Amino acid sequence: MSKFVYLVPLFPLIGFLINGLFRKKLSKSLTGVIGCGAILASFVVSLLIFLEARAPGFEPVIISLFDFIHTGTIDIAFAFQVDQLSVLFLLIITGVGFLIHVYSTSYMHEETGEHFARYFSYLNLFVFSMLLLVLGANYVILFIGWEGVGLCSYLLIGYWFKNIDYGYAARKAFVMNRIGDLGFLIALFWMLSQFGSVNFGEVFAKAPGTSVGVLTGITLLLFVGATGKSAQIPLYTWLPDAMAGPTPVSALIHAATMVTAGIYMIARSNILYTLAPVTQSVVAITGLATAILAATIALKQNDIKKVLAYSTVSQLGYMFLGLGVGAYTGAVFHVMTHAFFKALLFLGAGSVIHALHNEQDIRKMGGLKKYLPITHITFLLACLAIAGIPPFSGFFSKDEILAAAYAKNPLYYVIGVAGAMMTAFYMFRLYASAFLGNFRGAKEQEHHLHESPAAITIPLIILAIGAVAGGFLGIPEVMARDSHWLERFLAPVFSDSTKLATAHTTPASTEWMLMGVSVFLALVASVYAWTRFSKKPDLAEPHGLGKVLQNKWYVDELYDGLIVKPLNAFAKFLNNVVEKSIIDWMVNGVGKAVQYGSRQVRLLQSGQVGAYVLMMVVGMVILFLVQLLRK
Amino acid sequence: MGRLGGAAFMPINYYIFLAIALFCIGVAGVLTRRNAIIIFMCVELMLNAVNLLLVAFSKMHHLALKATNPNAGIDGQLFVFFIMVVAAAEVSVGLAIIAMLYRNTHSVDVNFLNRLKH
Repeated sequence: MSKFVYLVPLFPLIGFLINGLFRKKLSKSLTGVIGCGAILASFVVSLLIFLEARAPGFEPVIISLFDFIHTGTIDIAFAFQVDQLSVLFLLIITGVGFLIHVYSTSYMHEETGEHFARYFSYLNLFVFSMLLLVLGANYVILFIGWEGVGLCSYLLIGYWFKNIDYGYAARKAFVMNRIGDLGFLIALFWMLSQFGSVNFGEVFAKAPGTSVGVLTGITLLLFVGATGKSAQIPLYTWLPDAMAGPTPVSALIHAATMVTAGIYMIARSNILYTLAPVTQSVVAITGLATAILAATIALKQNDIKKVLAYSTVSQLGYMFLGLGVGAYTGAVFHVMTHAFFKALLFLGAGSVIHALHNEQDIRKMGGLKKYLPITHITFLLACLAIAGIPPFSGFFSKDEILAAAYAKNPLYYVIGVAGAMMTAFYMFRLYASAFLGNFRGAKEQEHHLHESPAAITIPLIILAIGAVAGGFLGIPEVMARDSHWLERFLAPVFSDSTKLATAHTTPASTEWMLMGVSVFLALVASVYAWTRFSKKPDLAEPHGLGKVLQNKWYVDELYDGLIVKPLNAFAKFLNNVVEKSIIDWMVNGVGKAVQYGSRQVRLLQSGQVGAYVLMMVVGMVILFLVQLLRK
Repeated sequence: MGRLGGAAFMPINYYIFLAIALFCIGVAGVLTRRNAIIIFMCVELMLNAVNLLLVAFSKMHHLALKATNPNAGIDGQLFVFFIMVVAAAEVSVGLAIIAMLYRNTHSVDVNFLNRLKH
């Protein structure tokens, strides 16, 4: 079955082409069927490939489609690699992607037929690019998908193109992604010159023999690319602005898939990172810092989607922390559970926004529990999952990362737990403000409040099942021997790294204590936030530190002053001085010179015959002299 | 008639100087005179100066190469015939043009005939 893996990205590509090219002619229901059907077909094929990959002893399969670049010594094939890691991501992308496509058919139903089809074509193109990313057998194909998802992110954030602010948000996302991509490209070229190849197999085989300095450089540059794509410090400010796009887009791209591309890339390159401990520390510290920074900002946000956006940035920080301390399985596990509960949170938020007719301010919500029961229950389950409360999925994945962090450096654990506490707090603040207490909106709105249709609630329910039960795929050793199915499944992918890494074994009692402490603190924070915000909503204008947090630590303003304004000034200089004065002057000057010259030459044509004869005589004399002097 | 000997010949320089003098007088006339017919006469003068030079050199070459080939070096004199024919044709055409110009503008002053400017 794995030789049919090319079908997996092919279906969304066809869906993109059909919906894109015939968007003016297709009916909305047909568009929805094509869009969702393509992803469903990919999911089915992925499932079949997964069943094949589940067998122990499954060797990675490389299917080469054609020669992509073939010059001199460089031979890069358009090839797909089917192994445990790519199969897992295939399932996540197509599975969650399918649910979000179904959700979108209802959420976007107000759009006209042409724009509805445009939405689905972009969404299919995105899934195609993301599948290329995870299926690529070398860094170049990965990069093609990497760029493709960046492009689709731009197209979808700016989907409602008539609003110029959304356009700026889309542009910001694309430009910041591009800055990261520069790092990725330089790493790619370095790899090519160092190893002579960018195939995963060849690079990873040659890596142990390379100098640590070179590996540190390559991995750091790859990580720069990951900071752009996965919204880490310093390239994270585009993600909250990206909430300008439709909510299903935020769920798919900025929660479940695109932003996890960085983690996939580093997990795939795990041997390179294990051999470069300096970069690992950089990754861990950056991830941790981002996790904390984003969590603090989320504490004071009032837009339901912005809270979730900063929550995403924060959770991605945790995943990078996991990668940085060598817990590759833990990070991928968190990607999986995060895909479930974050997509669920975003889709639930979309359901709320739809019910309130595009109201996103939580200060104007409240008491939605009785009007939106299914949304309420699923949202609550997602909040419990993200807060890390057992037995929900978030607990297992987050705790695996925190345990590994403790083994590396107890300080990582302490700061990580502080972040987890903040996570629990702001999530339950969000939950309580939206669903508990009394409705704070307008009376007319209250009359129209009703639960969303099935196309919205069924994906919510399915994702909720994942958010609740997903954790049981990775039960840690201390709880039950040999029950960590995910670790066993992904072991072949990370085997080289686990062999090299120094085995930190923390005693079982310490692990239980770590778990207990984090769960206890999360529970305390959740209960506190629940009770406080269900009674009295957070309506007051913040002062001091609260104001700083609400204004996102003024990072956007800092970037604006430090980078954007000087660049704009430089561009203006280039336009006014270099372009207009110098280059235009030169080009116009050539024209003016020719005109002047011709004006002067024209004076020779006086019409006086004598003058012409004189010119003839002078010419003759000159020729004569030239001949004379030549001899 | 006094003959200076079988193959006696004036030094070629005399011919050259004469031809140059004639030619320069012709050029000066063409550049300076206002009357179109006088200019024509000066052009004829230039052509005849060239003819003279051609004949002189032809004779010089003939005398030098007479031993090997009795017909050597007469090409110059043949060319003179061509030049005379061309000069005659040119004069006929040119005078016809000037006659027409005179009929239209009642002047043969060259400074006046600058209609080519337009």
